[in-house]
Order: sequence, then C-alpha cells, then structure tokens
Amino acid sequence: MELTALLLSRIQFALTIGFHILFPTLTIGLALLLFAHEALWLATRRAIYLQSCRFWSRIFAVNFGMGVVSGIVLSYEIGTNFAGFSEATGNVLGPLFSYEVLTAFFLEAGFLGIMLFGWKRVPGWLHIMATGMVAIGTLISAFWILAANSWMHTPAGFEVRDGVFYATDWWAVVFNPSFPYRYTHMVLASLLTTAFVAAGVGAWYVLRDRHAEFGRMTLRLAVITAAVLAPLQLVAGDFHGLNTLKHQPMKVAAMEGHWHTETGVPLLLFAIPDQAAEKNHFEIGIPKIASLILTHELDGELKGLTEVPPEDRPPVAPVFFSFRVMVGIGMLFIALAATGLVLLLLGRLFAYPLYLKALIAASPLGFFAVIAGWVTTEIGRQPWVVAGLMRTADSGSATVQTSEVATSLALFSVVYLLLLLVFIGVILGLIRKGPTTGPEPEQQPRFATA
Amino acid sequence: MTELLPLLLAGAIAFGVTMYVLLDGFDLGVGILFPFADTEDDRDRMMNSLAPIWDGNETWLVLGGAVLFGAFPKAFGILTAAFYLPIMLMLIALVFRGVAFEYRFKFRSRWPWNLAFCAGSMVAAFAQGVILGAYVRGASGVDHQFHWFGVFPLFTGVAVVIAYALLGAAWLNMKTDGPLAILMRRRARMLLVASLGCIAVVSVWTPLLEPAIAARWFSLPNLFVLAPIPVATAVTGWLVWYGLRDDSHDAMAFVASVVLFLITLGGLAISLWPWIVPRSLTIWQAASPPESQIFLGVGLAAILPFVLAYTAHNYWVFRGKVPTGSGYH
Ligand code: HDD
Ligand code: HEM
Ligand code: HEM
Repeated sequence: MELTALLLSRIQFALTIGFHILFPTLTIGLALLLFAHEALWLATRRAIYLQSCRFWSRIFAVNFGMGVVSGIVLSYEIGTNFAGFSEATGNVLGPLFSYEVLTAFFLEAGFLGIMLFGWKRVPGWLHIMATGMVAIGTLISAFWILAANSWMHTPAGFEVRDGVFYATDWWAVVFNPSFPYRYTHMVLASLLTTAFVAAGVGAWYVLRDRHAEFGRMTLRLAVITAAVLAPLQLVAGDFHGLNTLKHQPMKVAAMEGHWHTETGVPLLLFAIPDQAAEKNHFEIGIPKIASLILTHELDGELKGLTEVPPEDRPPVAPVFFSFRVMVGIGMLFIALAATGLVLLLLGRLFAYPLYLKALIAASPLGFFAVIAGWVTTEIGRQPWVVAGLMRTADSGSATVQTSEVATSLALFSVVYLLLLLVFIGVILGLIRKGPTTGPEPEQQPRFATA
Repeated sequence: MTELLPLLLAGAIAFGVTMYVLLDGFDLGVGILFPFADTEDDRDRMMNSLAPIWDGNETWLVLGGAVLFGAFPKAFGILTAAFYLPIMLMLIALVFRGVAFEYRFKFRSRWPWNLAFCAGSMVAAFAQGVILGAYVRGASGVDHQFHWFGVFPLFTGVAVVIAYALLGAAWLNMKTDGPLAILMRRRARMLLVASLGCIAVVSVWTPLLEPAIAARWFSLPNLFVLAPIPVATAVTGWLVWYGLRDDSHDAMAFVASVVLFLITLGGLAISLWPWIVPRSLTIWQAASPPESQIFLGVGLAAILPFVLAYTAHNYWVFRGKVPTGSGYH
C-alpha cells in the first residue's frame, strides 16, 4: 500500500484513539467505585472506606489527567486529518460533540478540583456531590461520544444533499439503531475492566499479606461486581451482535469468517481467513452453532461476504481475530468471576494462591478486550466511514501533506509510548505503596504531594 | 432568523475563545514563568495554584473546536487542516504540560517534569500565537493556504508567549505571597512593557499587511469611532503598572491585565469582521443549516449559564493565597 496522507492519518487516528480509550475505560469505572466507597464511608464511618477513597483517587487523578490530554488531541484530529469527513458530517456530528463538552467535560472539570483537593475546604455532602458529578459526567461523556460513533455505524435521522449530511430528526440521530447496544456494552466494559483491576490489586495485597484487610475488602467487592457484570456483558454483547447482523451484515460475516451465503453455518473457533481466495484455511469449528446463535435456528441462513463486491468488504482477518480475543477474554472473565463467587460462598476466597495469582494475571485483560472490541467494530465498518454512505477514502484532508502527517505520527508514537511506560510505572508505584494507614478524617488526601 | 443565528453562534465561539485565552492564558503563563522561580517549593506553589482549575481552563479550547465543528463545519475543516503542524505541535505540548501536573509530584527528580511543564506551556503558547498571526493575515489561493511560517506569525507567536507570561505573573502575584509574589511583581512589570510594545507593533503591522484592515481602521467615520481603543489600552496598561506597585492591589493588577487582553481581542475582532476564514469565507457562507444551528444554540443558551456558575463556584472554593509548600489539603 502506498503511504498516503490519508493512510497515515488513519494509522494516527487509530493510535491516538486506541491510546485515549484506555483511560476513559478506567475513569468511568473508578469514578463509580469512588462514589460508592465515599457513600459507604459517610454511612458507616469505617476507616477502611476512607482509605479506599484515598488510595483509588490517587490512581484516578493520574488516569484522568492522561484521559484529558489524549482526548483534546482527538477533538482536533477530526478536523486536521479528516477535513473531508468533518465538512460532510459536521452538521450532524458537530452538535453532538458540542453537547458532550457542555454537559460532560465542563461538569467533570468543574467538580474534579473539589473531588481531589477539596476534602478540607467543603462540607462532606458537597464533597460527595462533587464525586457524584464527576461520575455522572463520565457517563454523559460516553453517552454523546458513543451516540456520534454509533451514528457512523447505523446512520439515522438525516438526509444527504450534494454529499453533505443534514439532520432532519435529532432524536433519531442520537438514538440511532446501534446506540443503545453500544452504550450498554461499553459502560459494562468499563465497569468490568475496573472490577478486574481492583480484583488484581486486592489479590496482590492478600497474597503478599500487606494491607491485607484493605485487600480482602477490595477483592470481595470486586469479585461480587464481576460475578454480576461478566454474564451481563455476554448477554449485552449477544444483543449487540444480533443488532449488527440486522444493520451491518458484512461486519458480522467478517467477525464469523463467513464467505458464502449458506444454511447451518458452523461457529469457527479458529481459522486463517484469506481475503484474496475468499475462503479460510485451517478451520476448526462447531457445526451449525453460528446459525443457532445468530438466527436462533440450527439451519438458519447467513449471508456471506461474497454477497457484496470485493471493494465493499472489510478486511476480514483483523476483524475475525480481534473478535475472538474479545469474546475469549469475556469467557475467561465469566469463569474467573464464577470461581470467585463459589469460593466466596464457601468462605475460601482468600485461600488459594493459584486463584489469587490468576486474578493478578487477568487484571489488565479488560483493556485488551476493549481495544479488541473497538478494532472489531471499526475495521468491520470499513471501507465506509459512514456505513454505506461515505467511504473512508473520501474522508481525508486534501490540503495536508504526507510529510506533515508523517511528522506528527512519528511524534505521537514516541511521546505516547513514553507516556504509557511512565503511566504504568507510576500506577504500579502507587499500588506498591498501598493505601496510607492511620487516617484522620481531617488529614485528608493531599494529592498534589507525593 | 437565518441571518441572525450564525451571528449568535459566532458570538458563542468568540466567547469560548476569549474564555480560553484568558483562563488558559494565565495557566500557560505560570508554566512559562517556571524557570524564574528560585526554589522547588516556589514551583510547588505555582503549580498548586493551578491544580484544581487547569482542566476546566483547557475545556474552553475543546468547546471552541466543537462548536466550530457543529456551527461552521466548512471553516472547521479548512482551518484545522490549514494549520496542521502548528496545531499538532500545540496538542503535543499540551499533553506534556498536562501530565506534568500529576507526574511532577510522583518522581524523586523533578527536573524532567519541570522541563515538560515549562517547555509544553511555552510551545503551546507560541503555536497559538503563530496560528493567530497567520489567521489574521488571511488565506490565499483557492485551496485556502495560510502561510504560517513567516515573519509576522513568528512575531505574534513570541508576542503571545510574552502576553501569557504577563497574565501568569499577575495571577501568581495574586495567589501567592512573600518573596515569590515580589519576584512575580517585578517580572510582571517587565512583561507589561514588553506586551505593550508587542501590541503597538502588531497594531502598526496588521494594517500594513492587509489593505482591507487598514481601510477598516483608517476610513473616516471609523477612525473616530475606534479612536478610544488605543486610549483605553494605554489607560489599562497604566492601571496594571500601578497595581503592581505593592501587594495591596494584587487583584486589580490581575483584572486590569485581563482587561488589556479583552481590548486586544476586541481590536482583532474588528479587523477580522465578518470573516470566519479570513478573506475567503464569511460567517454566513460557512454556517451549518438552521436545524443544526438551532439545536446547538438552544443547548448553548440553556447550559452555558450553569457551566459559568459552577466554574465560578470552583474558583471560589479555592480562593485566597495558596498555602506554602504542600498545596491543598
Ligand atoms: C466510552 C467513552 C469515551 C470514548 C469512546 C471517547 N471518550 Fe473522550 N473522554 C471520555 C470518554 C470517552 C471521558 C471518560 O469522559 C474522559 C476520560 C478522562 C476524562 O477526563 O474524561 C474523556 C476525555 C476527553 C477529552 C478531554 C475533556 C476535558 O478537557 O476534560 C476530550 C476532548 C475527548 N475525550 C474527546 C474524545 C473524542 C473526540 C473521542 C472520539 C473520537 C473520544 N473522546 C472517545
Ligand atoms: C474509543 C474507542 C475507539 C477506538 C479504539 C477506535 C479505533 C478505530 C480503529 C482501529 C479504526 C480503523 C482504522 C482503519 O482501519 O482505518 C477507526 C476508524 C475510525 N474511527 Fe474509530 N475508534 C473508536 C471510537 C471512535 C469514535 C467514538 C469515533 C467518532 C467520532 C470514531 C471515529 C472513527 C473514524 C472517523 C474512523 C475512520 C478513519 C479511519 O479509518 O481511521 N472512532 N477507529
Ligand atoms: C462475552 C462475550 C462478548 C460478546 C458476545 C461481545 C460481542 C460484541 C460484538 C458483537 C461487538 C461488535 C459490535 C458492532 O460493532 O457491531 C462488540 C464490540 C465491543 N466489545 Fe464486546 N463482546 C463480549 C465481551 C466483551 C468484553 C469482556 C469487553 C471488554 C471488557 C468488550 C468490549 C467491547 C468494546 C469496547 C466494543 C466496541 C464498541 C461497541 O461496538 O460496543 N466486549 N462486542
């Protein structure tokens, strides 16, 4: 492939948004965790909940900062790198982004200072309200950004004149067909990822017998949360997939590695898709199950990729593999959470080092699942940027030079790699240090100092 | 209605940009002044004066971009693509200074994050100045080329660094006390002189660059109508100078330097009117259709008052001098 400004822009967008999404995923989950623990602290006055607030808000602060700076990059990249896209869709998507800033970003920013630094400056009720506002802000932010993103997958409430989109029905634009599914799935993904991060941290303290009481409390709550959410995520994902089958059948065909329209389609556990030959190599599958999942009939018919001309098909291999990574992690989460629940009911949650070690190993997996999920969704939409209506090939900025994008891409690659390493180092350092003990409600967190 | 809406939304963008320039102006200014502090404790205080508010300050930049995208999509595409490299430089610089708020306090050796904070602030301010200069000068050619790499944009880049530093110094004079405040007052006076010099140079230079701007200011009725502007600039400049005399007028010095900024921005608006892509697309030519503008306008009108209220509340909670050393408890 030739290295055009557009191709480099796409790589840069995938890199910068893939980097950004790591942080909101944890921000959304931690904000809710902090709100819950602050409420528990106010209700019970048990020091351990305050400790938990102090501990997690240090991690939250670092994570939030990374989310903000990487998010600002994205909001401008849509114009700098995709001027064609923004001129065509601005009438529809621009107001959604504006609403996100107005209803979510300002809310988060306006109460974050109080949440992190205001413990001694405002009364308790105002402090927990600030924490709540930040948590609500993260959910509202996800609402608008996913409405915009979902509209690109399942556009609704618009008309096209001379290649430009005009909104005709704002309600239909926001609540477009895939939005409720995508929102549910993404919020669950955030909570689940956070639950497994917390479980890993708790398990580590229990295993090392450091801050053990805090570790046990964290682990117990995390396992209960995961046991509720992991199966829910499977259900939500299933509904999401069925909805996609209705609106973007070629994306589902790519996820399933399914080339020719047939009945009684097998569920492929493994295969190597071959785009040129229009078939798979080394297939391992369970007969008829894909038909069963997607049509609820063993002999249901599924449309294959060859229904559309080659230039309208998404690249199959990345979609096929990333989908399996995500679902695999989802299944692993269900197994781990179920095991934890059983152990908890038997009163032996903390008794098996092997289980604790498995939780520690699984703690970053949620992030991998989130990235894999987005890769499935976004590459599965190709070659369209607005499904069926505008091609990614027409979305670039005509006036931007290849050399300019190459420069910025090189800078982002270096800077983001560096910052990711620093971030991981700092977070691990904070976890190693653990919650500070002997808390006086007056000696509240002083996040600005080490 | 269809005539008025684009005007109102352009007003909203102008408001957003003004808020951004004032708020992130002093915010970036504090970063630019980082090397002048004598001790690490002073730098702690400088940073802590911003810690609870910097995110909100920067959000105005996102608002400006998003509303431009929604209300003037053509201008958003043309302008952001035309300023590709300066915008990317600004964004990466903002990344560095943003993460420094957290990381500086987490490492034993602080100099890398001091450097990230200071250089990030400086580069972001400079890039904004370059964009501003090229924007004022306007586009040429059918594909809207802005020649941002030129003497005038580079000069405005430096000017913005100086002017933000003035705001930062006035802010620190207000938010701190003791030797740090004295130091900042001294720096602020030098920066005030430099800023007024820059304003004078730009005021002479822009009409020379662009005949249309000269016509706007020097044609006959306008000349008299606009004459108070330089006078107001001079008076405000004197107020800043006066306020920086001792520590009893710290708020006045800050407010007066903000007013100085407002006047300068007002002057720019007069030069640019009615263009949104200067001398290529007017506000009306770039506007999105009424359906989009109404949806957006209703949201802005209904929500912005709340945003301003709780932003003000946040500043109120963290009012007063920043405690020495440790920061907020
Ligand atoms: C599922 C949620 C989600 C997704 C898909 C995205 N974001 Fe995001 N974003 C958030 C959830 C979020 C958040 C949770 O609200 C953040 C993370 C940390 C934070 O400060 O807020 C945020 C921060 C954040 C900021 C900084 C806001 C500030 O100044 O406080 C900007 C400008 C963006 N985002 C823009 C974008 C754009 C343009 C995206 C896609 C193209 C995007 N985000 C994807
Ligand atoms: C936050 C999670 C997201 C991730 C990780 C993600 C990732 C990706 C990836 C991997 C691609 C495909 C790259 C390619 O094959 O060209 C892509 C394309 C795209 N996405 Fe997303 N995406 C996310 C959310 C969004 C959202 C919320 C928007 C809406 C504003 C969006 C807008 C786009 C656009 C405009 C493209 C097409 C340009 C391109 O191909 O790069 N994405 N994204
Ligand atoms: C348990 C089984 C799961 C199933 C059946 C499932 C199903 C799906 C499907 C069908 C899509 C593509 C939707 C589309 O664009 O059309 C998707 C996307 C996605 N998945 Fe999953 N998923 C599962 C688990 C997970 C887990 C565990 C996570 C993260 C912790 C996750 C995170 C995501 C994300 C972030 C996306 C992209 C955004 C979206 O379209 O919702 N998924 N999932």
